[in-house]
Amino acid sequence: MTGPRLEMKNIRKDYFGNMVLKGINIAVEPGEIHAIVGENGAGKSTLMNILFGMPVIHSTGGFKGKILFNGKPAPSLSPEDAMALGIGMVHQEFMLLPGFTVMENIKLNREPTIPNIWSRFLGDKMKTLDIQKMRKDARASLEKLDLGIDEMLKVSGLPVGFMQFIEIARELDKDNLQLLVLDEPTAVLTESDADTLLGTVKSLSKQGISILFITHRLDEVLKISDKITVLRDGEQIATMKPEEATVGKLAELMVGRKIQAIMGKEKCETDMECPEPILSIRNLHVEMPGEELHGVDLDVASGEILGIGGLAGHGKIGIANGIMGLYPSTGEIVLNGKPVPLNNPIAALNSGMAFVSEDRRGIGLLLEDSIEMNIIVQAMQSQGKFLKKGIIQLMDFATSRRHTEKMIKDLDIRCTGPDQLTRRLSGGNQQKVCIAKALTLEPRVLFVSEPTRGIDVGAKRLVLNLLVELNRKAGVTIVMTSSELAELRSVCDRIAIIYKGRLEGILPPDDSNERFGLMMAGALTHHMKEVS
Amino acid sequence: MTADNRDQSKKLMLQEAEEITYKERIWKYYLRKNVVPIFFVVLCVFGGYYSGLSLPFLINEIITRMARNSFLVISLIIPILAGMGLNFGIVLGAMAGQFGYIATANFQMAGFSGFAVTTLISIPLSILFGWLTGKLFNQAKGKEMITGIILGFFANGIYQLICLYFMGNFIPIRIPTMLLSTGIGLRNTLDIKSMHYALDNLWKIRINIPGFIFPIIIPVFTLLAVAVLCLAIHFLIRTKLGQEFRAVGQNRHIAEVAGIKVDRTRVIAIIFSTVLAGIGQVIFLQNLGNINTYGSHVQVGTFAVAAILIGGASVSKATIGQALLGTLLFHTLFIVSPLAGKNLIGDAMIGEYFRVFVTYGVIGLALALHAWQARQKRR
Amino acid sequence: MPEDSLVPEKTTMKERILDFYRDFGVARLIIFAFLLFLLASALFLKLPMEQILSSVLTRFGMNGILVLAMIPSIQSGAGPNFALPLGITCGIVAATLSIELDMAGFSGLFFSIGVAAILGAITGFFYGILLNKVKGQEMTVGTYFGFSIVSLMCIFWFLAPYKSPEMIWPYGGSGLRVTIAIQDRLGKVLDNFLSFDIFGVTVPTGLLLILAFFCLALWIFSRTKTGIALSTVGSNPRFAESSGLNVNRYRIIGSSISHALGAVGIVVYAQSFGFIQLYMAPLFMAFFAVASILIGGASLKRATVTHAIIGTFLFQSILVVSMPVANVVVADNIADVIRIIISNGIILYALTRREIGGDVS
Repeated sequence: MTGPRLEMKNIRKDYFGNMVLKGINIAVEPGEIHAIVGENGAGKSTLMNILFGMPVIHSTGGFKGKILFNGKPAPSLSPEDAMALGIGMVHQEFMLLPGFTVMENIKLNREPTIPNIWSRFLGDKMKTLDIQKMRKDARASLEKLDLGIDEMLKVSGLPVGFMQFIEIARELDKDNLQLLVLDEPTAVLTESDADTLLGTVKSLSKQGISILFITHRLDEVLKISDKITVLRDGEQIATMKPEEATVGKLAELMVGRKIQAIMGKEKCETDMECPEPILSIRNLHVEMPGEELHGVDLDVASGEILGIGGLAGHGKIGIANGIMGLYPSTGEIVLNGKPVPLNNPIAALNSGMAFVSEDRRGIGLLLEDSIEMNIIVQAMQSQGKFLKKGIIQLMDFATSRRHTEKMIKDLDIRCTGPDQLTRRLSGGNQQKVCIAKALTLEPRVLFVSEPTRGIDVGAKRLVLNLLVELNRKAGVTIVMTSSELAELRSVCDRIAIIYKGRLEGILPPDDSNERFGLMMAGALTHHMKEVS
Repeated sequence: MTADNRDQSKKLMLQEAEEITYKERIWKYYLRKNVVPIFFVVLCVFGGYYSGLSLPFLINEIITRMARNSFLVISLIIPILAGMGLNFGIVLGAMAGQFGYIATANFQMAGFSGFAVTTLISIPLSILFGWLTGKLFNQAKGKEMITGIILGFFANGIYQLICLYFMGNFIPIRIPTMLLSTGIGLRNTLDIKSMHYALDNLWKIRINIPGFIFPIIIPVFTLLAVAVLCLAIHFLIRTKLGQEFRAVGQNRHIAEVAGIKVDRTRVIAIIFSTVLAGIGQVIFLQNLGNINTYGSHVQVGTFAVAAILIGGASVSKATIGQALLGTLLFHTLFIVSPLAGKNLIGDAMIGEYFRVFVTYGVIGLALALHAWQARQKRR
Repeated sequence: MPEDSLVPEKTTMKERILDFYRDFGVARLIIFAFLLFLLASALFLKLPMEQILSSVLTRFGMNGILVLAMIPSIQSGAGPNFALPLGITCGIVAATLSIELDMAGFSGLFFSIGVAAILGAITGFFYGILLNKVKGQEMTVGTYFGFSIVSLMCIFWFLAPYKSPEMIWPYGGSGLRVTIAIQDRLGKVLDNFLSFDIFGVTVPTGLLLILAFFCLALWIFSRTKTGIALSTVGSNPRFAESSGLNVNRYRIIGSSISHALGAVGIVVYAQSFGFIQLYMAPLFMAFFAVASILIGGASLKRATVTHAIIGTFLFQSILVVSMPVANVVVADNIADVIRIIISNGIILYALTRREIGGDVS
């Protein structure tokens, strides 16, 4: 009878010139479960933060577009505004105070109070908490979710499985709840807990509450959603009904099917096996929080550009980080026939490997130091370069300056000079400094993670071109990890896909979209079984 | 960030879940948790024995000191609750109290009315100082304690500037004996004999112990004031504001997302603390009968912090009981150390130095433990 | 994830001036202006400028090394060394030892400095281990650790089995005095060395030379492999780890050097002052050194020799010049109060600045 409960029209958002959302349209009916899927950085969380009025949106320039709630305009300017409208949100990270009881968390900042003598003079904040009513309300919400826990228990003593439910109970306790946003609710749950949660979500929708459901888990999406929207790179790629979708199709849409112009590559490996690997990885386990690997075997051919792709959280980032000794790992690495010890950054750097990290500002750069320092420090400390001979190892300024200037020229780093602080450079130029830093080590194998993340479009091509040139002119073997499949397919000789911490398979860059999609969703072998 | 947060919650829960299972472990658990106050009880008992002081004398001294110092120690509780650590900035509250006395002494007020007016004058000053302190702390989130320490020194400098150069100068003082011989600047010692024991004397109970010269004197109203304060804090924690303090103290981000005005709540916590410290200093000084103009307030922060830590509190958790116990233990140590030092080693100075060492050492240890624990949690 | 703002690489003249202004800091400009004001007043009041300048030079030399001690601590990421009294205590032990061994003149001085450096380095090593366990709260823990050690040492000074009659209490059998006069032994040994007068101003050459020596030594150190490693560790520990540097190890090295410099610094200070001050005297010495280096332009995470020199000079100048000016204009002893206000004020300012990439707890 009435129109959709929520309409988000042509939502656009940029962070300092970087377009994160490029015109998203979503409509959610009462009682509908609408799933939003996409890779990391696709814009899902940003979209929800806009809906919920989170401070980070407004402190960075606000957003463009219209939001209508029950037909009326509703641009939430703060979480309180959103809550007043009837929008509730369960965030990705746990928003429960561990030292408070279940009941206190459910009623956080909405506690019922009783007036007393002091509150008449000193204001509402001095009203006493009505513990009895708090318990009653909390009980009611917990019962709605069929949750039999004591509301007086401290949250810190409870198992993870309960936490999401308590957060939902908190949202339910808000009488006016009409739309519930769930951001990755099952990310930390076991299979059985996740199933229970999905069941609860379904029953909530039957009670008339609309649900916006963000997730990575594609099988869940197909199980319970009424509509699915796929986001990629801030764009809305598709909106469809679950009947029209398969896991493979969704995966493929999430990571991109547009193939950018292939950058004039001469080498094309038709053979998927490696004749003489320069680097061989066996049984690699890496404990990197959020990107664990559970045993990867991989060979890297000398002189190739090997791509590593896969969905976020499945471990592709862990490979380079583990090999370079940044996170605890086990396994065997053999480079040029010599074994390289793990958990030892200096050994890795000295054996002929270098790493351009995905965390440019956190690990990759010394923001408060000069470009020169950034470029030479790693080589100085691990390989003893740029030092004068003698008892006291003084820095050799002449060679250091010469080298830095050469790097600035060769990589075309736009700066005021070798002494400029790296924090003043643009993203693209910072990335070039990181690459220069790695090249200074004169590596045989260069690991690059997310080479163009956070760089504007123009600079992206430059960085990729740079890497290709390094490979072809200087013969550096490159192992490139990226969540942008299109990027990998335009530059690499072979692409390895990591799924759930293991190597799922290796595909040539010109293989079909469908095969890529299925492999990233871990369904290729399954699909092939079906086909045959 | 997400993964870290989840791991953190998981670890927290596993840790807490493992703790209490068997009775024995419960007993050992309480022992471990309260190791600091237990150690100091032992220390005080030893010190008391070796000091050679008679028990009634000791008890009298303890009652006196608890009556006049408890307010200052209890004033630290609310900032700890609100996650701001040990508020070394209570020194500013003490200064407000002293300004109060300067005013009432200037107008030659006396007795309980003088005391009451002093308290009333100190309150708006404390609110102002507390507001400034709170705003400063909000600019230095994560570094509140060192900021408080330095602020104490800085404020002391400004206080000295005012007392040495503005008093008798821009601020007219009617009583010549309050000023230095030059006519500008307050004397080192301010006599407030007219208000000596103003609160204590309202009702004093004397208990004569046979065989001892000195009776035990109980200043009923002062102790009553302390009791009222304890009840007030107890009440405050159960109000909406108290709940906000606790929420902000646990996690600022979560509190903010829930809609609590975090910065404002923190400032209010400091204001409460400063006001209580101001009143505390007024009570303290009425028992003393004179003010060391340039010194009475200086150690207020250090002593109160040491006391509450000795009572078993930590940088992130403190109860009223711990504050009271700590006051008892700290001041007992204060009384017995010099004499015990003299009797044991031969010089009272050793005892003095030992007491100072313990005061600073306890604080340093508590801070180190807190930092170490915080790192463990972050893993 | 929001990316850093796209700052244009070329900066105009106006932007460069604004950058310089911002980097130099409002507070420092105020301090500098205040100093100029004081100097102008001194000239106006016809105060003895020669004496004032001599005093400035002496105090600058006296305090310089103590301020230098802050640099390794800040550069290695542990913040300013609020536990400097630890190193200072080592220096005092060394100095008293030299008197006990009846040394004097340059031999006494070099002995004291040598022993001080060694003791300081060892103490700093152990303190560095402690510091690694309390990352994040180094300043607060350091302050109270320093206070505790000073009070503990009071007991030591009281009971120490020293025999030299110049140092012990005249009536007791053991225990050192609060202040030990060393005019006849180490007093002014450096100051008077090669000192000369120019336009009526006495230049304490020896003192300035030794300060210059340590400045040079630190400067050279900052350009060695170890020095650069230390600086990297303080700049970005994760970057350092990815380059194979052991963060804890370099923090310990930083603490060692810092306390060694503190120990040497107090020996130089004492010889210029003419007295060794024991017991509670070192309690607040760290704060003046911290304030000095911050005034010189350092932050809680970055400090250079230049900062130390400028800061010591500014801070000591204000102290020296303000005293006579204030005594004429206002009243006695205001210099003390001004010193407290300025030094703590500047530390407060540094504490409340939002460091880039600083704590976001």
